[in-house]
Parts: sequence; structure tokens; C-alpha cells
Amino acid sequence: MLDKNGIAKRIAQEVEDGYYVNLGIGIPTLIANYVREDISVEFQSENGILGMGPFPIDGEEDADLINAGKQTITALPGASFFDSATSFAMIRGKHVDLTILGAMEVSENGDIANWKIPGKMVKGMGGAMDLVASAENIIVAMMHTNRAGESKLLKKCSLPLTGVGCVKKIVTNLAVLEVTNQGFLLLERAPGVTVDEIIKATEGELIVKGEIPEMKID
Amino acid sequence: MIRKTVASVTDALAGVKDGMTFMLGGFGLCGIPENAISELVKMGVKDITCISNNAGVDDFGLGLLLQKHQIKKMVSSYVGENDEFERQMLSGELEVELTPQGTLAEKCRAAQAGFPAFFTPAGYGTEVAEGKEVREFNGKMYILEEAFKADFAFVKAWKGDAAGNLIFKGTARNFNPCMCGAAKITVAEVEELVPEGELDPNQIHVPGIFVQRIFQGKDYEKRIEQRTVRQK
Repeated sequence: MLDKNGIAKRIAQEVEDGYYVNLGIGIPTLIANYVREDISVEFQSENGILGMGPFPIDGEEDADLINAGKQTITALPGASFFDSATSFAMIRGKHVDLTILGAMEVSENGDIANWKIPGKMVKGMGGAMDLVASAENIIVAMMHTNRAGESKLLKKCSLPLTGVGCVKKIVTNLAVLEVTNQGFLLLERAPGVTVDEIIKATEGELIVKGEIPEMKID
Repeated sequence: MIRKTVASVTDALAGVKDGMTFMLGGFGLCGIPENAISELVKMGVKDITCISNNAGVDDFGLGLLLQKHQIKKMVSSYVGENDEFERQMLSGELEVELTPQGTLAEKCRAAQAGFPAFFTPAGYGTEVAEGKEVREFNGKMYILEEAFKADFAFVKAWKGDAAGNLIFKGTARNFNPCMCGAAKITVAEVEELVPEGELDPNQIHVPGIFVQRIFQGKDYEKRIEQRTVRQK
């Protein structure tokens, strides 16, 4: 089974040379730490920066330089700043190659819910609805089950939706899955996890074809 | 040159009244119009609608207006990080319209650019789309979103000149340029108000035509919400 860093490491393998990547808050933020160093990638943060770098060295924080999680960051050589309308032109206009975000629930047809628990938690959707409605390459990073042990990969989302039919791939602590017209296609198992365990933890339609390889993670 | 300079924040906010709709720039606490917010608190203006990506934190930014119950309605994309906000929202004291962030930016830009409405895919199939016109273009579904209408836009820039030209710094730019010229009156506060001719016209982010009043801001706290650092 993977921890959050393990999920981030596996997703980092999906990042290719020349990609502009938007990382959501939570597990996705960790992915920047694990992208191969021999490829050129630029991270976009929707509050208005392309070419986002690591956290600043202690003492060099700048209140005017933050990411979408409101954390202090740095700008790498070649970075650019822009306004919010321009930022979402990049997103809505499909100029960003890969979007990685967290989710509370994903359904077998690729619907995603991650912004509201009625009566309990209403923080807002931020940029998530714009991202999922436009991006062609969306990977969800999340735990396979919630704290109560219930599956987050469902036949139908129970929470208010963020977007419909948009998720292409999911990486959880247990597995890598692709969203297909027939349901969740199991691609890989996390180290030490059996197919039976994945079947038990998946409420939605799970397709298991042949031998399922174990993820390769350094 | 058409002069936009006003002497103080008090002059800049002349005409602000109860029940008005304001746009306020900023993302989190980054690039917020600190002086205008302080003045709105001081004026005690009530029943206002605020269009702002976020709602500040409990004791800073728009949180200061929330504390005094001056805000009737918030139009935002993300409102976490603020307990008083959550309390007022769940108790029904505060009306909240959550809008996808890109839609929020474009509703400002549309108002600035003279578009009454636009189609966006964001929110299709979700509760955001409820009651809105839906249309298909090239096999994909879009919803119709209308431009904002606001009385004042309060923005904050790094540098500005008497002509109202503005330059922003880092990610403090965010919603500020989109809101300039998107309300009946745009008020810009700047960290440094320079004499005309000093800003390079090639480097202007917002041309002065979108700004009606500009003033030299003061006492900027520029609070950091999440201080994250690494060691050398």
C-alpha cells in the first residue's frame, strides 16, 4: 500500500517532457518533488504563475509570491506572471497539458466530486470546475477509501459534482485505474496489494483483465 | 494627461453607500486592497455585496468586514480559512454565491470588455449550472454566465502614476487587472505612486483609462497566509 508520497511518486511518472502541468492542493502538490530531473516541465498555479519553483529559503519569503494553496513559493528562470483571466484562458483553452487534482469521490463514468459536503463543509470549488471541464488529461490523486473505510470509487457520486465524465486516470494508495466506458479498468496494483483487496475497496464497476502488474516505484 | 490622483483613501471612496456591490482584487491575502478595506470598515457601510475570489481570514482582509457584519452577500470561488465566514454562512446570516474561479475572473473581464455574457464549460452538469442556459458547441456542453455589475472596483497595484496606469508585482496581480474598468468606478491603491512619465509605457499592465481614482496607499501589512520555506 502506498502513502501520500508514494501516490505522488507514481503520478510523477505520468509527467512527460515539455508538459505544462497544473497541480491541485493536497497530494498533487507533492508531485513536483518527484518529477524526473532530465525532462523540462513547467508548473502552472492558477493564481497567476507559470514556472513555479520550490518553497523559498527561510528568510526569503515574499508576500507577493504565492501558489494557489496560498503558500509562499519561488519563480524559476523563464517564469511568468499573469492575471486570473489569462490564467484560466490557459486552462479553459487547453494549453495546460496535464491536470492533477484530489477528489472526495469519483464515479465509474468519470464524474468527480471534490468541493462540497452539504451541511458540513463548503469551502468552494476554487478553480477545480474550470480545470475539470476543460482539461483533456486529468489524473485524480486520492486514497481509495475514506476514513470510514468506504470506497471513494463509486457507481455514482453521492456528493455534489465538480464535473461530469472528465476523469481519465486515478492513482490511489491501492491501484492505478483508467476510466473507460465500461467502468474502472485496473492497470496496476500498489506494492503488496492484492487484486482481491482492490475489488473489495471499489464500489463502482471494476474491470480486471488478466495478470495485473505491480507498480514500479523507486 | 487626464489626472486620476486623489489625496486620500477617504476621497477615493467618496460615493460609497450602503447596499452597493463592490469588486475587490486579491487572491487569499495576496494583492488585496488593504487601505480600501480599512476605510470601508471605518465608514461602517452596510448590506454590501462583495465580489472577491476569497473572503480573507478571520482578522484580516475581508474578514474585517465580516466581523462587523457589513457584508450581506459574498460572491467567491473559495472561502475556506475563515471560521467567522463559515459560521455566518451556515447560520444563514450571510448569503454566499460560489462561482468557479475562471468564471469569476471572466465575469469581471466581460464587464470590463463590454460583453453581457459568455459561454463556459465550467460547472456544466453541476449545481452551478442550475437555472442557466445550456448550449452545445462542437459536441461539448457549455453554460451561459453573465457579466458582473458592480458600483466600485477596489484594486491594489505595486506601482501607478497620476494617469492611473498600473503595474503589478508577482502573483499579487491575480484578479486586480480583471476588475479594473469592470465597475462604475475603479479605485486603485498603489504601494508607490510615481510622477507621470516615470513608468515605461511598454511595461504598463493596466492602462489608466480603466481607472477613475488612484491614491498612494500606506501601512501595508502584506500578511502571508501560509509561510512555507525550505532550509539552505
